[in-house]
Amino acid sequence: MNIISLFNALPGACAQGLIWGIMAIGVYITYKILDLADLTVDGTMCTGGAVCIMMMLNGFPVEISLIAAFVVGMLAGLVTGVFHTTMGIPAILAGILTQLGLYSVNLRIMGSKSNQAINVDKYDLLVSLRYIKDVPFYQNAIFIAAIFVIVIVAVLYWFFGTELGSSIRATGCNQNMSRAQGINTDFCKILGLMLSNGIVALASGLYAQYQGFADVNMGRGAIVIGLAAVIIGEVVFGKIKGNFAFKLLSVALGAIIYYIVLQIVLWLGLNSNDLKLISALVVAVFLAIPFVKRKYFSKPVKKGGV
Amino acid sequence: MLQVKDIYKTFNPGTVNEKTALNGLALELQEGDFVTVIGGNGAGKSTMLNAIAGVWTVDEGKIFIDGIDVTKLPEHKRAKYLGRVFQDPMTGTAANMQIEENLALAARRGAKRTLRIGITQKERESYKEKLKILDLGLEERLTAKVGLLSGGQRQALTLLMATLQKPKLLLLDEHTAALDPKTAAKVLDATDRIVAKDNLTTIMITHNMKDAIAHGNRLIMMHEGRVIYDVRGEEKKNLKVADLLAKFEQVSGTEFANDRMMLT
Repeated sequence: MNIISLFNALPGACAQGLIWGIMAIGVYITYKILDLADLTVDGTMCTGGAVCIMMMLNGFPVEISLIAAFVVGMLAGLVTGVFHTTMGIPAILAGILTQLGLYSVNLRIMGSKSNQAINVDKYDLLVSLRYIKDVPFYQNAIFIAAIFVIVIVAVLYWFFGTELGSSIRATGCNQNMSRAQGINTDFCKILGLMLSNGIVALASGLYAQYQGFADVNMGRGAIVIGLAAVIIGEVVFGKIKGNFAFKLLSVALGAIIYYIVLQIVLWLGLNSNDLKLISALVVAVFLAIPFVKRKYFSKPVKKGGV
Repeated sequence: MLQVKDIYKTFNPGTVNEKTALNGLALELQEGDFVTVIGGNGAGKSTMLNAIAGVWTVDEGKIFIDGIDVTKLPEHKRAKYLGRVFQDPMTGTAANMQIEENLALAARRGAKRTLRIGITQKERESYKEKLKILDLGLEERLTAKVGLLSGGQRQALTLLMATLQKPKLLLLDEHTAALDPKTAAKVLDATDRIVAKDNLTTIMITHNMKDAIAHGNRLIMMHEGRVIYDVRGEEKKNLKVADLLAKFEQVSGTEFANDRMMLT
């Protein structure tokens, strides 16, 4: 239990946390804004990486590969959206169906291999766990990931303030009202799912570069990590009054906290095989907090007049 | 303005829960008509409004708004022509969004939602003026979340939202039923003012017969999915609650015993 080894691990945790923070921002769009639990992300969290790595291995530059990952992620969101809206499948089930189908798609993308590695020395990667120490700051994985977070937050802040973005927020809040105000709620749900999965796939593209490979199992449990980040962000920073951009930022910070806590737990000597179990339990507890508070600790609310 | 031509709607057809909610309903409204609708539970009042609003499509018949056949149009496309206020104060507004954001959404009813900014500074100023008409002090709370408002405030706001873009037809579905009497009177008062200001063609469902007589220029009574009594002008003004009760018994042949009808 050497404290130095923990400190040495922290920058890596930060970089990972930031990349998963991007993914969690995608989850935030469906879970918080659209009020849908979208399980597609477990699939897209691999698809994006697979697309990005395979394109780079085939000679495409990293920018094009990441854009392609984003677009393919949006297509996955489109499939879930169509399942849910035009085919009337409950959102959770629609997401599970797409996610299951994506497993085969991901294997196809990766040329029927479950793992595709990319060599950091031969390819021009944007982020890598090798670029954490002893590199100029503009190459540092933390710096690059932070730029991505800031740009994505800025773009989403602008988008959800537009007429179109507002109508997506309204759809998540009250569908009856939205339709009565002329908003095509099905279209808004599809658009939100596409945007969310596009962002998740982009995060996946970055994450695959960071770890140096795309793996068919890399998205397993992604939704839980995403939710954990959303909830931790809310619990830790929820008391601070901030605008929408701050809320998105706190999701990314929540992901960093999640990875730092994970590092500490590992450092304390916990078996890394138990991590998923612990993650699941932690998220379950946090998800239960609002309900438990309401049920057992609620005070009667005074009713007002007009 | 509105033509409802012999529409039929049966829910859960072929099951034990089969219910014919609209049974050859026909109704025609002139421009500027303010119609109050009364009828017992299950008479098809709300179903009629939902049919006009396009919550689902009708089994048979046609609906025209201002000469346009809307029978097959989905709900969000018909919204262009309609202002709606619902019975449940929670239904008409987005609780997690600010008052001004709700108004901005409503101001774009019928318009294409683009990537332009969702609410402009100029709009904010105009909303302040418009909120004053409600006389609830909401003009000082533009950025408050709607979820913080009381039921009466939310209904009044919904009413304003429904009429922000002048609708061809205003549909009020027992919009004061969930409110206490004092608040209900205030919201009804605001309704009268807003309808009169823009000379809106309006259908208002109410379970209060006094209100049904006191408001609007025309009154219809529904029973078993069709209009059974239609009265307007002077004749309506001179109506008494007792007349309505008698009328109901006469045409329906049943005792008008309904706990939701307020007879006072």
